[in-house]
Amino acid sequence: MSTKTEQHAPQDREPLDIHDPRLSRFDIVTEGARRDDIEIVHYEEQVVPGSKAERRLTRTVAAMFLLTGLAATAFLVVYIWWPWEYEPGRGGDKWYTPLLGLTLGIALLGIGFGILTWGKKLLPKEVSIQDRHDGPGSAEDRKITGETMLYLADEMGVRRRPLLGVSLVAGLLPVGAVAAAPLVGGLISNPHKNNQMFTTGFAPQDGKKIRLVREDGRPIRPADVSAGGQLTVFPGIEHGVSNKHADSPTLLIHLRETDAEKSRQANSRVGHGDYMWGNYAAYSKICTHAGCPASLYEQQTNRLLCPCHQSQFLITDNARPVFGPASRRLPQLPIEVDEDGFFVAKSDYTETVGPDFWERP
Amino acid sequence: MKRRKFDVAAVPGKAAGGVDDRFQVATPLRKLLNKVFPDHWSFLLGEIALFSFVVLLLTGVFLTFFYEPAMTEVVYNGSYAPLRGTPMSAAYASSLDISFDVRGGLIMRQMHHWSALLFMAAIVVHMMRVFFTGAFRKPRETNWIIGSLLFWVGFLAGFTGYSLPDDGLSGTGLRIASGIMLSIPVIGSWVTSSVFGGEFPGEIIISRFFIAHVLLIPGLLVALISAHLGLVFKQKHTQWPGPGRTNENVVGERMFPRYALKQGGFFMVVFGVIALMGGLFQINPIWYFGPYEAWVVSAASQPDWYVMFLDGSTRLMPAWEINIPIGNGYVIPPLFWPTVVLPGILVGLSTLYPFVEARQLKDYRHHNLLQRPRDVPARTAVGAMAVAFYIVLTLSGANDVIADKFHISLNAMTWAGRIGLLFIPPLAYYVTYRICLGLQQHDREVLAHGVETGIIRRLPDGRFEEVHQPLSAGDGHGHGELDYVGWVVPKKMNRLGALGPAIRGFFYPIEKPVEAPVSPGHPPVEPRPEREEIGSGDSRR
Repeated sequence: MSTKTEQHAPQDREPLDIHDPRLSRFDIVTEGARRDDIEIVHYEEQVVPGSKAERRLTRTVAAMFLLTGLAATAFLVVYIWWPWEYEPGRGGDKWYTPLLGLTLGIALLGIGFGILTWGKKLLPKEVSIQDRHDGPGSAEDRKITGETMLYLADEMGVRRRPLLGVSLVAGLLPVGAVAAAPLVGGLISNPHKNNQMFTTGFAPQDGKKIRLVREDGRPIRPADVSAGGQLTVFPGIEHGVSNKHADSPTLLIHLRETDAEKSRQANSRVGHGDYMWGNYAAYSKICTHAGCPASLYEQQTNRLLCPCHQSQFLITDNARPVFGPASRRLPQLPIEVDEDGFFVAKSDYTETVGPDFWERP
Repeated sequence: MKRRKFDVAAVPGKAAGGVDDRFQVATPLRKLLNKVFPDHWSFLLGEIALFSFVVLLLTGVFLTFFYEPAMTEVVYNGSYAPLRGTPMSAAYASSLDISFDVRGGLIMRQMHHWSALLFMAAIVVHMMRVFFTGAFRKPRETNWIIGSLLFWVGFLAGFTGYSLPDDGLSGTGLRIASGIMLSIPVIGSWVTSSVFGGEFPGEIIISRFFIAHVLLIPGLLVALISAHLGLVFKQKHTQWPGPGRTNENVVGERMFPRYALKQGGFFMVVFGVIALMGGLFQINPIWYFGPYEAWVVSAASQPDWYVMFLDGSTRLMPAWEINIPIGNGYVIPPLFWPTVVLPGILVGLSTLYPFVEARQLKDYRHHNLLQRPRDVPARTAVGAMAVAFYIVLTLSGANDVIADKFHISLNAMTWAGRIGLLFIPPLAYYVTYRICLGLQQHDREVLAHGVETGIIRRLPDGRFEEVHQPLSAGDGHGHGELDYVGWVVPKKMNRLGALGPAIRGFFYPIEKPVEAPVSPGHPPVEPRPEREEIGSGDSRR
């Protein structure tokens, strides 16, 4: 076992003549390291050449590499011949991705651990010391560079000819704005176009009241919702159910008699006396906190919970937020039943739907 | 014509000569080959982030070949039967196609997602390593700032990425993001409307997120990562204190071959683990969530883990709305504080910390030696406080799931989070500070009195005492004269070599140690005779 441990060499030693034929290759490596201020202070073979340990390690590494080859081949076989197209049920295709992962993982781990074993166990261990040289540059160099840069400013003569500097800045400022203008100008979009932040799909069109419809577009009769039940409804207009009217989904709730009474009283306290129709009330489903659909309705307590941040709204008290981060009640949609017996919105929401923002009145 | 003999053996040398003639690389290449790197397991955490980023790039490029960043409505007609005939966005349909109709697409998608999670996790753990060991001190403040920026840019990469499939879950995330933008005072509605191209969700956001996710953000990440690595290279890695290690040198291995081999092997291992996870562990099964519809959400809609702390802060925030009664009235919604102000403060605090600490300690020297966390109790305690803060928020981000699984009231969970956020971090500070002092004290104790041997001796007067093995010759009164040097103090007898050498080999020894007796009845390895009595040094007198 060859072990080389040396003391740190003095800095002022003579460089070695690397053409000396008596030098081994390692001597030249050491000399090269020294020229980079690196001293190899300890260099030790980890395995005795020709020993049982070496043969064993060699076999281990080779086995890992061969395992990689095997696993990679298996990956290809699976990739090409395994049934991969989706079939309902518990078919073999469900094993396609796991098998790919398994074979690919084993292939990569095999080569990884093979290389690691090779590097860590079979290569000689060493301790090298390199100087950092991370102090500041020499005072002289600092001064020279500083003076050069100051001289540069002198040459430009900005101090003597201030007009140049001022006019340059004045000229460049608009150029900066020119770079920003297309980006800002292209992207900017007025949030108050068509009053879009304050209207929903329930706004009457041409004086015609909008029907409340189900997900599939069918209008709703009062008898469709049993007492204590609730239904998500949409404006009965084109694309009313789609994300084009993401602020329109509304919860139609058929309150039980006592709850409805409470709700009506609460309504009249805020001047919404005629918003309910019978025992039916409709509230925006879009949470006033961050805009998730507040969709978990607890029948017994008449609370509506938003699953995103757990704001809770008390439906019988004008959907007032009673817990969680929401600070504003859910807007109520004034509803009635038209001559055909279907629910319609009397008007659009009278409060702003959706998450709060700065200029919300 | 005389045919010249072609000397194969001389080809590499000649080629190398030719290259050096043109590019003068011999000297810089030697310097590179010789560069010394210190070695410690904790220095590999950042590498995991780097390697996962490489996997992200590879798998991400694959995904772009099949993904269609459009919100045009199409009717799904792919292999996944339960969704066939459903109207959905082209983005969601193509994400489903990647999962079901592209051969090997699902494993690529899952590897991409897992490596993103691993990337962020490795960044966080690496950041903790750098923080707790003081590796961010002068001259490395710039790299600390780049590192913290990498976390936030990675955060954006993750968010824009998991919004792309446009499934029910990611649409909910987008909806919340639009709510967060809306909450910004004065400009909120303009920002949201400009980003989304009109009212939420608009028809353009997916293509904008796509170009951000595949070009702008990765470009920024590559630039920041290159600067980060370049600075590590230029400033040389920090090292732990130890024999021969000073502030002015680097003690370790030269980069080639052993260090580089280990790096290469480690990359393959990280890649392999990601492949196993991508194949074996399902992640983000978008086909269960359905297309995004503004009125559908399910309970337990959680974001990826590194976003959960913001979700938690949003849930814990009390409903404090600020009304400004001018004109029609203006509002600062409660959503603004936990989602815009809090991250702002966190970015500021984390980037400025090196300067704050240097100012506090009036320490403006260069530091290339790391510190053990116990030796800097105040910093370690501040770090523990930050970790506690983060953990409370992250747990609160899943408080509905915890409430459900453990049958706890949801409101109680929220209140526990609110109170915990105020009291647990200071508590963590205090406890950590005390632990650090205790560990420091124990180090000094061992240096002064020696290692506990576990041998109890009875004195003639009937007292019992434990025999200690001093670590130095001492002053004759059982007290050593060793100074603490900022590195591990051996505290067990086998750390002093009192037991036999470790047996090499996994299940059975590779080679029997030369000095071990081979006669039957003896164990193959036993302590050398002169070591046997170590620890009861007095008895030999």
